[in-house]
Amino acid sequence: MTVSAPPLGTVVHDEVVPARAPWMHTVRAGQTLRIVDLEGNQAVDFLAYSAADDAERYSAQDTIAAQGNVFLREGSVLLSNEGAPMMTVTATAVAYHDTIGGACSCESNTLRYGHHTKAQHACVENFLVANAQQGRGKRDMVSNVNWFMNVPVEADGALGIVDGISAPGLYVDLRAEMDVVVVVSNCPQINNPCNGFNPTPVRMIVAE
Amino acid sequence: MSDTANPYAAQAHARAQAGTRAQAMPTVPATDAVDLPQGVAPADVVWDETLAPGGYASRQIARGTRLRLTDLAGDASPSLLLFNAERPVERLNIADTLKVQWNGYLGQGRLLLSDMGRVLASLVEDTAGTHDAFCGASNQASNARKYGDGFNHGAHPNARDRFSLGVAKFGLGRKDIHPCLNLFKEVRVAQGGETVIDVGPYPPGRFVTLRAEMDLIVVLANCPHVLDPRAEYAVTPLRATAWRGPVTPEADPIRNATPEGLRAFLNVEDYYRR
Repeated sequence: MTVSAPPLGTVVHDEVVPARAPWMHTVRAGQTLRIVDLEGNQAVDFLAYSAADDAERYSAQDTIAAQGNVFLREGSVLLSNEGAPMMTVTATAVAYHDTIGGACSCESNTLRYGHHTKAQHACVENFLVANAQQGRGKRDMVSNVNWFMNVPVEADGALGIVDGISAPGLYVDLRAEMDVVVVVSNCPQINNPCNGFNPTPVRMIVAE
Repeated sequence: MSDTANPYAAQAHARAQAGTRAQAMPTVPATDAVDLPQGVAPADVVWDETLAPGGYASRQIARGTRLRLTDLAGDASPSLLLFNAERPVERLNIADTLKVQWNGYLGQGRLLLSDMGRVLASLVEDTAGTHDAFCGASNQASNARKYGDGFNHGAHPNARDRFSLGVAKFGLGRKDIHPCLNLFKEVRVAQGGETVIDVGPYPPGRFVTLRAEMDLIVVLANCPHVLDPRAEYAVTPLRATAWRGPVTPEADPIRNATPEGLRAFLNVEDYYRR
């Protein structure tokens, strides 16, 4: 199923997240989360919170500043808003991933495509639903990672979500550097190419 | 006997300090502000304050207010948070701001968008053109690495902890510190995704003017950029001056510049339809 992926240790959790659905799971320090893009070019919107203190959470800006690059690649360290390592990209079959494009929302869809899209399901809705189970809300929304999503930046600053560079079975492995609550939206967007205009399931494997 | 040995002497000592001028201080009343932008009547000034190197401020301004941020000496480095003052759970969303406008470089004519599909502020003037929406705020750890410490009570405050104080004044907390915009220090993205920074120093007097499109809480932290390569804590004072202005009319060119931006204004106008 995965394409020449490195071996994982003992699998402690293995779950397929349906197309368009939220997912939340605590990954302990030292465990590895493998996200598999089962059918290809499926954006996986991703947030992480410190399990010990959820005011400390993934920060796209801290991560970009520390690594001096807007793309997430093998070796990238996801930093918190306090500058602490949360997870490390230990392996990936996709050259780079996005962390500047953020999540789709009903409200931003009205700007990007028109008010006819306001009623469509969106990633922020998934994040809110999942986070609500642990008492988090809208103020816990920050810029996220978009695994398998392609957002190039041109010389004049032009940027946008364009056709993906992922494919069926490609993966990303994330080793937790602290206990983290991972919150995912398996992106339901159908108005741009982030999901190839066809949201599909992804697989989540946690190993130690 | 010292000047402060009893309450009467201490009172006289305290009162004798009034009228002292400092480099970093607010003008109160704001209508006493001097060196105003051309055409601004003193009676319309609602806020005038100079932030120290490493200083911060937070302030509520009304829809239509113009807020000019001036880099007085060429090395100011303000990081900016914005909230809908009426309902602060709505705030600046950097990702939407870039994605919706199809561009990562903010400048004159660009919009600062909320996470609710509305425009919080427009950049109506920008003589700098060198800003950064990618790299965010310095924090205790990053300042400790560079300067030995980053404490609010020390000589090298970090932007994140300055934000903590600024938002606390409005009853907000650590979870409300969202991804920020850094003004005056430029970050560009190279073809491999590399961040390329230019911290200047620049000529003194550069400014940006924001037009509040909603009632806003503005939070500013004037700390060295997180990627500033200089060994010393290099930052100079920032002036914030705000004055009353009209709500953006339907014919405004920035309002109508792009279909995405126009819908953000329409969403604001819909919000205030009450």
